[in-house]
Amino acid sequence: MSEVKDYKYIGQRTIRPDGFDKVTGRANFGADLTLPGMLWARVKRSPYAHARIIDIDTSKAEALAGVMAVATAADFPAIASETLQMGETSADIRDLARNNLALEKVLYHGHAVAAVAAVSQTIADQAVELIEVEYAELTPVMDVLEAIKDDAPILHDDLFTAGLAETPETPSNIAMRMELKKGDIDAGFAEADVIVEREYQTPTVHQGYIEPHACTVRYDEDGQSMIWCCTQGHFDVRASTAKILNMELSKIKVIASEIGGGFGGKTTIYLEPVALVLSKKSGRPVKLVMNREEVFRASGPGSATRSWIKVGARKDGTITAMQGILHYEAGAFKGSPMAPGVMCVFTPYDVANVHIEGFDVVVNKPKVAAYRAPGAPQAEFAAESAINELADKLDMDPIELRLKNAAKEGTQAIYGPKFKAIGLVECLEAAKNSAHYKSPLGKNQGRSIAAGFWFNAGMSSSVVINMNPDGTVVVVEGSPDIGGSRASMAMMAAEELGIAVEKIKPIIADTDGVGLNSTTGGSRTTFATGMAIIEAAQDVVKQMKERAAAVWNVTLDQVDWVDGVAVNTADEARLSAAEICAAAGSTGGPISARASLTARGAGPSFAVHVADVEVDPDTGKVDVIRYTAIQDAGKAIHPGYVEGQYQGGAAQGIGWALNEEYIYDENGVLENAGYLDYRIPLASDLPMIETVIVEVPNPFHPYGVRGVGESSIIPPLAAVSSAVSNAIGVRMSELPCSPPRVLKAIQSRDN
Amino acid sequence: MVVIEYEAPQSLGEAVKLLSDCTDKPARVLAGGTDLIVQLRSQVGGPQLIVDLKKIPEMMDAVLDENGLSLGPSMCCAELTARQDIKTVYPGLVEAAYLIGSTQIQGRASVGGNLCNSSPAADTIPALIAIAAECLIIGPDGERQVPVEDFVTGVGENCMASDEILKRIIVPLPAAGTADAYLRFIPRTEMDIAVAGAGVSVTLDNNGICTAARIVIGAVAPTALLVPAAAEALVGSDMNDTALQNAAAAASAASSPIDDLRGTIEYRQHVVGVLTRRAAVIAADRVKEK
Ligand SMILES: Cc1cc2nc3c(=O)[nH]c(=O)nc-3n(C[C@H](O)[C@H](O)[C@H](O)COP(=O)(O)OP(=O)(O)OC[C@H]3O[C@@H](n4cnc5c(N)ncnc54)[C@H](O)[C@@H]3O)c2cc1C
Repeated sequence: MSEVKDYKYIGQRTIRPDGFDKVTGRANFGADLTLPGMLWARVKRSPYAHARIIDIDTSKAEALAGVMAVATAADFPAIASETLQMGETSADIRDLARNNLALEKVLYHGHAVAAVAAVSQTIADQAVELIEVEYAELTPVMDVLEAIKDDAPILHDDLFTAGLAETPETPSNIAMRMELKKGDIDAGFAEADVIVEREYQTPTVHQGYIEPHACTVRYDEDGQSMIWCCTQGHFDVRASTAKILNMELSKIKVIASEIGGGFGGKTTIYLEPVALVLSKKSGRPVKLVMNREEVFRASGPGSATRSWIKVGARKDGTITAMQGILHYEAGAFKGSPMAPGVMCVFTPYDVANVHIEGFDVVVNKPKVAAYRAPGAPQAEFAAESAINELADKLDMDPIELRLKNAAKEGTQAIYGPKFKAIGLVECLEAAKNSAHYKSPLGKNQGRSIAAGFWFNAGMSSSVVINMNPDGTVVVVEGSPDIGGSRASMAMMAAEELGIAVEKIKPIIADTDGVGLNSTTGGSRTTFATGMAIIEAAQDVVKQMKERAAAVWNVTLDQVDWVDGVAVNTADEARLSAAEICAAAGSTGGPISARASLTARGAGPSFAVHVADVEVDPDTGKVDVIRYTAIQDAGKAIHPGYVEGQYQGGAAQGIGWALNEEYIYDENGVLENAGYLDYRIPLASDLPMIETVIVEVPNPFHPYGVRGVGESSIIPPLAAVSSAVSNAIGVRMSELPCSPPRVLKAIQSRDN
Repeated sequence: MVVIEYEAPQSLGEAVKLLSDCTDKPARVLAGGTDLIVQLRSQVGGPQLIVDLKKIPEMMDAVLDENGLSLGPSMCCAELTARQDIKTVYPGLVEAAYLIGSTQIQGRASVGGNLCNSSPAADTIPALIAIAAECLIIGPDGERQVPVEDFVTGVGENCMASDEILKRIIVPLPAAGTADAYLRFIPRTEMDIAVAGAGVSVTLDNNGICTAARIVIGAVAPTALLVPAAAEALVGSDMNDTALQNAAAAASAASSPIDDLRGTIEYRQHVVGVLTRRAAVIAADRVKEK
């Protein structure tokens, strides 16, 4: 159990180490590396959402002057199905290969079928036009409800529903069924005085990162290769590329560039194996960059869902039963975040009778990727909307209803663990006591709230701390920094070492430069990589104390470490870190320490958001006029960046609630493949998002840290849509609450 | 390799000559480039000669006098919207220019470019038609003047030949008791394309009775439409609710929008009526404030 301590650096708002590089434009992102002799590549993409590939003729492209290599799936070795953990989610490596370059079938409009490397981008662009692909068109399946029909066109002849009692004999678009249950659901509903039941729908959404996927690769004569790319996890890029190309890990070095956003979207790969094949064939370095349209058409969005939720409660607000059926779109290949959705959906509540079924369904859209708390926002949108409706029917305050049923320390979570200290009740209390929740509303305005739960991940981290001879410090980590984590790493090292944070330089090493690190995802980095840093820093302190003890010829227990200085408790003699490090060569060698661990005990982070909206009754336009994000951080290392995570997640969730959606035409072609018509909120669309950092320490972490990166995207969907419901008096169960949909609801109310 | 030539002449005469001499390859004039450069990047087979108008002084200034406004079409919107004198006389035109893109875009984008790009959703076009603006066009054979409502002929099409240039935008001085307003609907606050738009100019007498009106709707037909029936609904009224409602209904009826990802037919028809009513109210309030 962590004790309440006075910290010197933890909890400060220090300057971020990557700040200057980013604001001056000096920082190098995915598309910024250019090598001598480098070629430019372009991917040839499918014009159909669903088709069989009859033939690919690359001869004309190869004959074009300036074209140095052409690649198709035939250049990938045949590989067997195998599951690889990538970030919070996992991928079948055979599917991943086919997603990088289609084999036999194209499964979505924009699916990669071939690629060209040429001496200029213009020539590469022309060359892909010269590749002739013969297709046999098939009917696209664009929606889960279509996909699960008995007569639906089948995407994969070899996909059989997993998770059924009996192994099916016919292939299906349902990749997996999952079920969790507890108690007796029928008895639970029989006990209820009030029951709400409704269907909910959420669209395919984009993570909204600004930087398109990009890489520059080099395959060398000696079989070594280098990949420079923007990714949340360069070790996973290495692992998946190695599997797809049947290479040894030691032959691939991956360097993570600075990253212009990922939000889960950069935990998988699209380009790297393709570019490596082109580099190997041409003998030249190759740069392959997606444009924005390709990002929308062919990289992994967040999963669209359809859910059915039923909740029953007694008159006093005790929830007696919760039931859900959740369908998730996986896109072209199995593996939607259905399972976490099933595990999260009702987890904020301690309820005796629960039954959840989930289905992972393939459709002719790009394979979904992780998106901040993958699977949770969709499921919890449905569940939290149902709780709000239940509160209305019970004539109870929605916070009181939640407090009455809230999970707390000791609650048995349906997905396995018994909760240790968690902060849901504290977040709900903070919402109830906020000035915001007590403020009056005006005409056409509505308010609502929602809670959110996310597990958070631990996974593996490796770090090295090297002491320089002048007492300054290099912290070598391997977790790409997507949210300011370098600052937090430096602060934790500073805290343990007692050395000023400005003297500490955190760097993110390539895959050859530091031990294995899992992807930055699952809100794990500050928690898990931070734990490794604390451990390594403690080792460094111990070594420095040992050197001082040796110099003074005293035992180790006579040496204290105070603010970066060794103090001899007997005679008050002092040796600073700088003095110890300067002399290290003659006292036993340079001082450094490493730590490699798999972090256990990632504490869940609960969030509660309060949303006020105003609806224009004539146009259906919704303005968010006040918004408060409350969340348990365990311990906020850098409060500014914690608040930034709360605000960022809220902004993304508000966009999901109000305007964001992929719009496909009847042929399965995305109509809004860009930020003009895929409407993420602009700064001017949002009020200042107020934040409250709740700190219920995570008992498994030395400082009490919980991951904070994801939970904040969960509550906005239900908080905002329920606020709209309250403003107009019609339940909004389908997202987004775009102006035409809201106006229609208003008109249906009035007719 | 595609080579694009760039010229920046100092006078309109030179510019016209560059265009009319250029017979062997496609040429385009450039103002702020916020349409043209975006199109260049997404198109194959675009122009091979670009004639930049921004070095020509008479394309870049604006004169407001007793005859009205003579606007150099390539003046950027940021400069136009900073002109208090113009804003006082034509608040609707200035608010339309202020809606284009964002601060950064307005530092480049021009009213002339908006007009010549001739998008059905262009924001300044309904505002210009509402104030009876005309286009002064120059070409190898001299000059001609065309009302804005006749200038735009279709989606992305206008009445100019490839060697003609929009030289000035001429707006008459409004009659006493006149004010204009422009409103558009987008799902967000900025950086979006109009789902529907409405430009309105009204003239009220001393008793608050509407004696003249021009109502123009945008983004709900291939070109911005002047809707006389909507204006007639207001003329003779004191701008009461019934009159406003009738004007809105006339605007909705005149619209012929398409169903697309930015809005359904139904939604656009409804919203263009709402905007018409609201813009008319704003314009009338502006008259009363004067
Ligand atoms: C991010 C973004 C947001 C935008 N938002 C809006 C918006 O909210 N509302 C809106 O209406 N538009 C919007 N636009 C479109 C564009 O900014 C406007 O249409 C702008 O007014 C164009 O002016 P420009 O000076 O940049 O034109 P340019 O791009 O230079 O020219 C546009 C076209 O007109 C021709 N042309 C220009 N001047 C003349 C002339 N004097 N004579 C003959 N032909 C000429 C050019 O050859 C070209 O075909 C947006 C664009 C971007 C990139």
